[in-house]
Amino acid sequence: MPSIKDIMQTMEYGPAPESNSEVKAWLQARSAGLGHYINGKFTTAEGELIEVSNPATEEVIGRVAKGNAGDVDAAVRAARAALPKWSAFSGHERAKYLYAIARHIQKRERFFSVLETMDNGKTIRETRDIDIPLVARHFYHHAGWAELVADEFPNHAPVGVCGQIIPWNFPLLMLAWKVAPALAAGNTVVIKPADLTPMTAFAFAELLSEIGLPPGVVNIVHGDGETGAAIAGHPDIDKVAFTGSTDVGRIIRRQIAGSGKKLSLELGGKSPFIVLEDADLDAAVEGVVDAVWFNQGEVCCAGSRILVQEGIAPRFFEKLKSRMATLRVGDPLDKTMDIGAVVSQKQLARIKGLLATGQVEGATLNLAPVDLPKRGAFCAPGFFTGTAPAHTVSQVEIFGPVATSLTFRTLDEAVSLANDTRYGLAASVWSENVNRAIELAARVKAGVVWINATNLFDAAAPFGGYRESGFGREGGRSGLLEYLTIPADRQGKTRTAPALQPQVVPFTGKADRPDIDVTAKLYIGGKQVRPDGGQSYTVLGKSGQAIGQAGLANRKDVRNAVEAAGKATGWGNVTGHNRAQVLYFLAENLSQRRAEFVSALAATGASPKPEEEVELAIRRAFWYAAQADKFDGAVTATKSRHVTMTVNEPYGTVGVVAADEAPLLSLLSLILPALALGNRVVAIAAQSHPLVATRLYQVFETSDIPAGVVNLLTGERDVLAKTLAEHDDVAAVWYCGSDEGSRMVEAASAGNLKTTWVDHGRLRDWRDPRQGQGGEFLRRACQVKTIWLPYGE
Amino acid sequence: MTEHFPRPEGSPLMPDWFDAHAVNLSASERRAASLPTRRTVKKEWQAAWLLRAITCIDLTTLAGDDTEDRVQRLCAKARTPVRADLLEALGIEKVTVGAVCVYPTMVAHAVMALEGSGIPVASVATGFPAGLTPLPLRLGEIRYAVEQGAKEIDIVITREHVLKGDWAALYDEIRAMREACGPAHMKAILATGDLKTLTNVYKASMVAMQAGSDFIKTSTGKEDVNATLPVSLTMVRALRDYRDRTGQMVGFKPAGGLRTAKDAMNWLILMKEELGTRFMMPDLFRIGASSMLGDIERQLEHHVTGRYSAANRHALA
Repeated sequence: MPSIKDIMQTMEYGPAPESNSEVKAWLQARSAGLGHYINGKFTTAEGELIEVSNPATEEVIGRVAKGNAGDVDAAVRAARAALPKWSAFSGHERAKYLYAIARHIQKRERFFSVLETMDNGKTIRETRDIDIPLVARHFYHHAGWAELVADEFPNHAPVGVCGQIIPWNFPLLMLAWKVAPALAAGNTVVIKPADLTPMTAFAFAELLSEIGLPPGVVNIVHGDGETGAAIAGHPDIDKVAFTGSTDVGRIIRRQIAGSGKKLSLELGGKSPFIVLEDADLDAAVEGVVDAVWFNQGEVCCAGSRILVQEGIAPRFFEKLKSRMATLRVGDPLDKTMDIGAVVSQKQLARIKGLLATGQVEGATLNLAPVDLPKRGAFCAPGFFTGTAPAHTVSQVEIFGPVATSLTFRTLDEAVSLANDTRYGLAASVWSENVNRAIELAARVKAGVVWINATNLFDAAAPFGGYRESGFGREGGRSGLLEYLTIPADRQGKTRTAPALQPQVVPFTGKADRPDIDVTAKLYIGGKQVRPDGGQSYTVLGKSGQAIGQAGLANRKDVRNAVEAAGKATGWGNVTGHNRAQVLYFLAENLSQRRAEFVSALAATGASPKPEEEVELAIRRAFWYAAQADKFDGAVTATKSRHVTMTVNEPYGTVGVVAADEAPLLSLLSLILPALALGNRVVAIAAQSHPLVATRLYQVFETSDIPAGVVNLLTGERDVLAKTLAEHDDVAAVWYCGSDEGSRMVEAASAGNLKTTWVDHGRLRDWRDPRQGQGGEFLRRACQVKTIWLPYGE
Repeated sequence: MTEHFPRPEGSPLMPDWFDAHAVNLSASERRAASLPTRRTVKKEWQAAWLLRAITCIDLTTLAGDDTEDRVQRLCAKARTPVRADLLEALGIEKVTVGAVCVYPTMVAHAVMALEGSGIPVASVATGFPAGLTPLPLRLGEIRYAVEQGAKEIDIVITREHVLKGDWAALYDEIRAMREACGPAHMKAILATGDLKTLTNVYKASMVAMQAGSDFIKTSTGKEDVNATLPVSLTMVRALRDYRDRTGQMVGFKPAGGLRTAKDAMNWLILMKEELGTRFMMPDLFRIGASSMLGDIERQLEHHVTGRYSAANRHALA
């Protein structure tokens, strides 16, 4: 050891280890193996056990059971059995349990911090100052929601038994993000921690016993992907919540398609970190430290693509290189380390492979000048320069402490580069000019935007992604809604198959011909167009006579409609007031043609009271016009001197598929909320009654709806729905049809992980405002963007 | 480790080095808050760091009731800041503070009391603490203190020049003060509590360095808000930018509000992280403090004995 006199000259830090003797003893006492926690009891760890190691030392610290179908079934049964009592508790009763969890996390904060560090490899500074305090904060916040849920969410009910699958990068924090809202809302839970990092979940189960949570409310089943699949696929699970890779998210989406299970996915990201020329560069450099050198870069929302304005790029990169020289990488239990160990050797190998690919493709890898420990899965932090969007490392999540970088010339270019990704989880914007910063925040496609900051989290601030980063939010009001349902949604009789199967050959039966032949076309990009396939189908009226022909749209018509919708970007940028005026005008024009629509509806035979249906359609247009400038976001209380805004942003292009019943009202009930919030719509009209819809486009044309904002197709419902659901440039699909069609839509949506809303073939009474309109429609028509704006000079 | 470097001579006034520079408050606060949580020193390292902190202290008395005897007492403490038995246990032959800092009329007493110790006397000057006496008088005060034997002069800037953005006036004033200092090293006190914004602090720091300051210093100790970590962070970053542009090494002195051993550690960590180890030495880093030394002594005794210490076991200043 150096003498004090020597240290006075070298001024080195020296070792500062956090003691782990209690945790070691705890692990030792459980070395036989960790079992599941089912119905308030720990099972004996039997059969094949999974070894758990400390990635910093590569020592095995425990063995965990691998849950099989039987274990999952037992856990689901326990959760189901506990559900009636737990959900019937008053909010206050549930709040008391959540409060006790929060308090006990705080009482055991050191233990959990050390255990998490030993299990995951992340530094003790982060577990102590970030992970564990956020866990406690999450349970406190949701103790509050438990107390308030009945008042704040009238007519809502818990979803039921929730199957939750969480990743290894923030083991206990992700558990908290899943368990807290589920319990607050009155659900019961079966959760599977990652097999690489099961320890804090096991300790959490002990904590649940300590506070006396009723058995079965939370069940923890350990295991790997197979175990996770067994949970997601279990028939008695009502809701699946998954955080992890986009690939697995896609598998789950397909696996549970059509099951009626509610789903939320928090997946990967390749988040831009945008530095404008007027930024505080030292602050932005420190931002990179907190963005991609945080948690070894194993962060789904890591700012891993650094975009720097050209004029300042050389200086910024110089500063960044200098900053790397003081990064400390090593023993994660040492309190002076910035970067600990990557979670496993396997993960390290994957990172190294990508770093090699980046260099082969021509980028320069700038690594911190650090000596890595000889043992353990350590990775030197760094960043690439000379990366291009076409490089693999610019597109693929590295999930390690290395960012890519690009320069840009203008704000417009920054937006283009930032959005040039399949993902859309987060973004970080650095500028001292609030005009620029907020403009970028508005234009970046990401669920969370931090201005002059990065990786800020709070239980009250919704977190979640756009695009292939998933859907659903965690935290705050939006997060709680993922664990609530409106019971009416599940009612309704089964819809019958469309009465009319398209026939494209001449129809020789009875016909009710107008004086002059009527040409019903498709409506795409503000134009009436003939179907691409050159085919029309005969539409039959109530007594089976032909009442006209409708265009038979095909895949290419869907493609053209989505293309047209994609170009109508202005609609999302005009004011709510503008959109309201257009919707009112639409109601006005519909009213003027009331008689025409009544008679068209009467001719279908699908509308028992045509006058009423037209009247309700007009009212519905008024209702959504009214909402267009009122369905607002909020400012959320998070940290002091931070404005945390939640903004309701349109998805972009929404596909809606209407059912046969109430052919006018159901179609408008789907189109109007999407329009009100600024989406563009590609609508598939009722298969059997398309001629009502084709009259509508004349109303659209006269109502100042810009070209491409609404596109109407007629034809075979499920054929068109499939193309829509598969289309990667469609961000959301709402489908009213059959049970089988719902399954098909949900499975097809997995390609770009668009959000879906399907009715599983259940009829809805469109006339009833509680079923046919409302907040649920509006919520489905937008995605929440959370913008963090710290302020102060 | 402590190789010599040329005295900074400043540069012409270059407003474009700082005009467009903005400092983000919340980001600075986050960095400042995480510095002490990202780093710590324990055991021998802590003892060494505490001793290093002592060598960086400008042991200060700046009170209206200062007397010759009071100054002599302070100087005696400056010579032997740590009890001999503790030093021996720590394996250190000798340690002294960085300087003794007094009012101009006390300089002669201090110089006499410190004779042969090698400890420089620093004097505040220029109408300390407000700095609003006429410029000729302020310059005269500097010359007086230098004549009395002060080797370091802590000047105060005219805050008005910063608040109005009159950088030329600020530059000219500090330049003139540097001239008046002659061979004595000049520390420019920015009185950051009066400047309010970190952006002002950055700009004032730059002008003070361009005008030839040897050190830039946060506070007089008399403002409502004295040295804080975010302000210090801003100043050391300005200092770093200046070094990168000119190659000149300017020192940093936080003053006012630093009272504990923990404070000393936090500021040393700041220096190491933002500027490097070289900037932890007394020719580039000073801490203006009076009560901090007592707390450091108690921590050192704890290191030696394993028992928590009491103030009365250590000599008063």
